[in-house]
Amino acid sequence: MARILSMKDAINEALDLEMRRDPTVIIMGEDIAGGAGAQGEEDAWGGVLGVTKGLIGKYGAKRVMDTPLSESAYIGAAVGAAACGLRPVAELMFLDFMGVCFDQIFNQAAKFKYMFGGKAQTPVVIRGMVGGGFRAAAQHSQMLTPLFTHIPGLKVVCPSNAYDAKGLLIQSIRDNDPVIFCEHKNLYTHAVDVPAESYTIPFGEAAISREGKSATIVTYGLMVHRALEAAETLAKEKIDVEVIDLRTLSPIDLDTVIESVEKTGRLVAVDEANPRCSIASDVIASVMEHAFKAMKSAPRAVTAPHTPVPFSPTLEDLYIPSAAAIAEAVRGTMK
Amino acid sequence: MSDSQIKMIVMPKWGLSMSEGKVVKWLAKEGAKISVGDELLEVETEKIASAVEATDSGTLRRIVGEVDTVYPVKQLLAVIADDSVSDSEIDAFLASYVPPAVDEEGEAEKDAYEYIDLPIGTVRYAKYGDGGKTLLFIHGFGGDLDNWLFNVNTLAENHTVYAVDLPGHGRSVKSLTDASLAGLSKFVLEFMDALSIDSANLVGHSLGGAIAMKTAITAPKRVKTITLIGSAGLGNEINMGYIDGFIGSESRREIKPFLEELFFDRSLVGRQMIDDILKSKRLDNVTDVLRHLADTVFKGGHQAEKLGDAAAASGVPILAIHGTDDHIIPAAHTETLKGKASVHVMGDAGHMVQMEKSKETNKLISDHIH
Repeated sequence: MARILSMKDAINEALDLEMRRDPTVIIMGEDIAGGAGAQGEEDAWGGVLGVTKGLIGKYGAKRVMDTPLSESAYIGAAVGAAACGLRPVAELMFLDFMGVCFDQIFNQAAKFKYMFGGKAQTPVVIRGMVGGGFRAAAQHSQMLTPLFTHIPGLKVVCPSNAYDAKGLLIQSIRDNDPVIFCEHKNLYTHAVDVPAESYTIPFGEAAISREGKSATIVTYGLMVHRALEAAETLAKEKIDVEVIDLRTLSPIDLDTVIESVEKTGRLVAVDEANPRCSIASDVIASVMEHAFKAMKSAPRAVTAPHTPVPFSPTLEDLYIPSAAAIAEAVRGTMK
Repeated sequence: MSDSQIKMIVMPKWGLSMSEGKVVKWLAKEGAKISVGDELLEVETEKIASAVEATDSGTLRRIVGEVDTVYPVKQLLAVIADDSVSDSEIDAFLASYVPPAVDEEGEAEKDAYEYIDLPIGTVRYAKYGDGGKTLLFIHGFGGDLDNWLFNVNTLAENHTVYAVDLPGHGRSVKSLTDASLAGLSKFVLEFMDALSIDSANLVGHSLGGAIAMKTAITAPKRVKTITLIGSAGLGNEINMGYIDGFIGSESRREIKPFLEELFFDRSLVGRQMIDDILKSKRLDNVTDVLRHLADTVFKGGHQAEKLGDAAAASGVPILAIHGTDDHIIPAAHTETLKGKASVHVMGDAGHMVQMEKSKETNKLISDHIH
């Protein structure tokens, strides 16, 4: 009896289970109240796409805090509450909005443990939507994972499916460091078998989504699905591709990547982010440093172009790396 | 000649989650004379690789499953027929062959895991086959009902087969108040009560073997026969390095060397097997339950109970199967059963002898049960 759950529902379930287990877990954000059990002004949307629906009915307005439209205020409050013993999960509706509250994230939350000699803990989770393809234009569609990954002291998570999303979010809430939890909006309805119980997936362990011998694709998030699609096409051409889903970008599981490249000798790094200083460029640099001798051909990167995300649907579809582009890059490494 | 004299070799289904498999190599050539039980080809799934055996005899007339190619379950791979069937009839058969429709819904319905509420909590099990004799498979420490993936389907061809997840394992409830063999045996009887199974042939692997013996001792009327595979409960030693390593490992890299200790052929430990085990181990409370279980049944690094003599005295017939290369429980422990049970120690097999020697194991079980 498989229990098929969408990524949106799996995230809701993870929040629900952790709020039930641990009274110090609170959630906050814009319009996150709503759904079953909410009334009057509390009956908002349950999150802009309904991820937090129903939680206010179960845990009340003290633990499900519908905040004013001021990211700098409530992200700062979440970081402060974490430093004082709560485990807040703050929803930044679109992670693109981090611009207005980035000091609270990178200069405060990420630095507390270091600057207070290890005596301060900041168990805060900042979760929100990332990625394109939702026709939401340049300010609501970016893949800003490289910006977070750059900062020491932040952990960065970007799941590709509902099973991983639930286990990684529970791990994020129980973790004692600040975690940026990136949810691809175009994966919210993607559904897989998810156990009803609580479980955790440790940070820094990539998943091997498909085993193969001829070439390695390293990616995360929505691109895992595009890579798997490319791998199916390539299998018909007798190119047997291994697909690695990083799952967490900080910490990153380079061991699994390098082991795979030592087997295949070929690397394609796929990233929905812009190309400069991206996860793709970071993976390629690390592999060249540690496994250069294993390479049979030059590595390739498939990323979005160095432009904002276009609003035109035609251009946006061209902007996001396609399975065809990934397959072509792999073919390029086979020459 | 009718089609019924042309027998199909199809991609097998090992375990509930298998949907496709890859043809690794053919072990028999076109034109070879085939007897029932001959190994025809090697198939690899995401979980494990194994040989496909012939269930019909005749000549291997035509191979259509290509090496290194993935086929869905039930897809035709080869045909066997008597020499009296002409080549043109074979051609006609192949030309008219329609691959089975991909009916995932219906398939899932028919093969689904089932759940039942017992006093201890919700328990997962699977039921295969109908009629014949009744078998109940009990996995070992840290295992689950999929440990029997190469056994249940074969035995279900003629019998009613149940496999259960012990408490704290697989997808059964993650609590275990009484972790002693008596407590686990009580759980088995409660499970049988709930499914109205008066008596059954118990097949236990490792710790499951000890539970089967305990059940035969306490409730001999409920147990027709027992089959002990790489069984605990026969001697003192247990590989605590494995037990502690299995409990303590948190990542794929950590757990792999421990899982490899289970097999003679270590290459059988694949990515999917490791991922499945970690999926189960990462559920809340699993580690605590396994620790509590190990501290009870393997207290002080030794097996808490030796049950061979009492099990034999219960009058329930005993079959014991062990791998010579079992690194978890030594094969020498089966010595205590000599003269009291049918004992088979097999070479080129480790602790998971029911997987590595599935054909022999299935035959022995089939001949042993009442």
